[in-house]
Amino acid sequence: MPMLTYIEAIRQGIWEEMERDDRVFMLGEDIGAYGGAFKLSTGMQEHFGPNRIVDTPLAENAFVGAAIGAAMMGLRPIVEMQFADFISTCYDLIVNYAAKARYRWGAGVPIVIRGPSGGGVHGGPFHSNNPEIAFVHTPGLKVVVPATAYDAKGLIKAAIRDPDPVLYFEHKLLYRRIKEDVPAEDYVVPLGQARTARTGKDISIITYGAMVYTALEAAEKLAQEGDGVDVEVVDLRSLVPLDSEAVLASVRKTNRVILLHEDTRTAGFAGELAAQMASDAFDYLDAPVLRVTAPDCPVPYSPPLEEAFLPQAADVMAAVRRLMAY
Amino acid sequence: MATVTRELGSQLLYHMKLMRELEHRIENLYRQGKIVGGVFFGRGQEAISAGSAILTGPEDVVCPCHRDLAAFLIRGMPPWVVLAHYLGRKDGPTRGRDGNTHMGALPLGIISYISSMAAIVPVANGVAFSFQYRKQPNVVLCYFGDGATSRGEWHEALNFGAVFKLPIVYLCNNNQYAYSTPVSRQMAVEHITDRAQGYGIPCQRVDGNDVVAVHDATRKAIARARKGEGPTLLECETFRMTGHSAHDGAEYVPKELLEKWKKKDPILRFEKYLLEHKLLSRRDIDGLYAKVQTEVEAAVTRAEQSPYPDPGELLEGVYALAEKDH
Repeated sequence: MPMLTYIEAIRQGIWEEMERDDRVFMLGEDIGAYGGAFKLSTGMQEHFGPNRIVDTPLAENAFVGAAIGAAMMGLRPIVEMQFADFISTCYDLIVNYAAKARYRWGAGVPIVIRGPSGGGVHGGPFHSNNPEIAFVHTPGLKVVVPATAYDAKGLIKAAIRDPDPVLYFEHKLLYRRIKEDVPAEDYVVPLGQARTARTGKDISIITYGAMVYTALEAAEKLAQEGDGVDVEVVDLRSLVPLDSEAVLASVRKTNRVILLHEDTRTAGFAGELAAQMASDAFDYLDAPVLRVTAPDCPVPYSPPLEEAFLPQAADVMAAVRRLMAY
Repeated sequence: MATVTRELGSQLLYHMKLMRELEHRIENLYRQGKIVGGVFFGRGQEAISAGSAILTGPEDVVCPCHRDLAAFLIRGMPPWVVLAHYLGRKDGPTRGRDGNTHMGALPLGIISYISSMAAIVPVANGVAFSFQYRKQPNVVLCYFGDGATSRGEWHEALNFGAVFKLPIVYLCNNNQYAYSTPVSRQMAVEHITDRAQGYGIPCQRVDGNDVVAVHDATRKAIARARKGEGPTLLECETFRMTGHSAHDGAEYVPKELLEKWKKKDPILRFEKYLLEHKLLSRRDIDGLYAKVQTEVEAAVTRAEQSPYPDPGELLEGVYALAEKDH
């Protein structure tokens, strides 16, 4: 199998879908001849032409709205948000138009809005956000958060084929840091199926995106440092639909749980998961449910500040040790 | 000037009158408490949606606003279905999920607007984009009011439409008030056309109370769009003869303005035109009005027989059913 980086895997998934289905096209800022801010679409306009790799004016409302209208007419638009942070500029069209159209009047809006999210690259307050929770909280939208190159390809293909609006948040830190075997052939990773990234028996870490690697790092260090703790790591892969069964099954097995995300703390996704634990796994818990998240603060620029902001393996290890003491 | 035939004259008068009478009935049903929520009317503005939408062909699309009921009727939405919608019944196009003029029907080529005014404009662009993408010779008529032209989505969308030379006609009903805000507080330029010119869009001010003028200007704009020459903006100057909604007494509107515009009533004006040009006789007109009354009465009866939606359907349609739509 060819080795692909995370960003190459996304690109390959889009490329294959565009070859497979001429209704699929991509639009956004600087994605044509320039190939996009992160060079995801390099060479794509040359291959597919300017009608299918569409450069737009710098106007998120205009191109997200255009994608919505085209999708209702049967096309399959992919919108590139240059940075996921900028999605706030077109919140209205996503949550009021795209999310509600099927429910209101039966008009499906099969769009994918994808773009780089997350910190760790010193992007500062406007190029580092994890904006997923606003969309998780909007019925009608689906939210995908791939962590591996294999999933990045399989999930983008599933997202493009999905009949509903899908927000696909790539983690920019992973773009070129992850490289793994990715099948060259067609496959999809269905939305709503979590993945066990590491099997363990003592404690579950439920997480997604780049934090999967933070969790795995913590698990390995704990094993090496002689704690004798066997950590399970569950990678959610999509937040909506959520694979609650997989999450609960892991917790029922290990009886201890840490909810880890890079997004900020208050009303973050960990809060929702904690509520599900409280109602559906209470009898299985041997210790409190702990959140490890970024603090309630914008993502800062300067390296020491950003490092303090982002959850680190050491934070996860401390949380594990605290829970194992019960 | 276009020549109005007897057939076209009858159709235009019929749809304007049907819109007015249907809205009268909607207002009565609202005052009786049978229609809940809010109701918005296009009284005095019937010439705009009737004179333009009548020009659309089966594969064209309209995106009407809340003062454009005639566009829904012309595209084939039956009056009783409109009433069932207002009454929150199962047979309305949203099956009770939405009210007032928030209606859409893809098979009829009607795309629903949403309450955040101007959000429909970028979406309408997307519909036009799909025609361009598939090389279909179709057009979109996109309606909005003067207030909507202050919103960022409108400006982004007009610019986008001009850059892409989309096959779309932007129809502004400048009725001089956005809720209670007069146009002078909406913009420092005098006309909506002054705004559109900044985007390189050909535009024209039209007497919005003269259905022949609206028809003529729209015909030319549609011809431009079909030839691939891009969008046109028509500023249809009119006056809102009601409050913003039925609960608004509009005390802020000077009485003399209402008196002045009452004399320009588009239906009475068109009656006069038809009589003067000997296209219809008084008897023809009276017969046509009697037909409208009968139809509206029958529509009310049928709509009131439509059942309310079953609360068991509450969650249907938030997402597509898994087996459908792929």
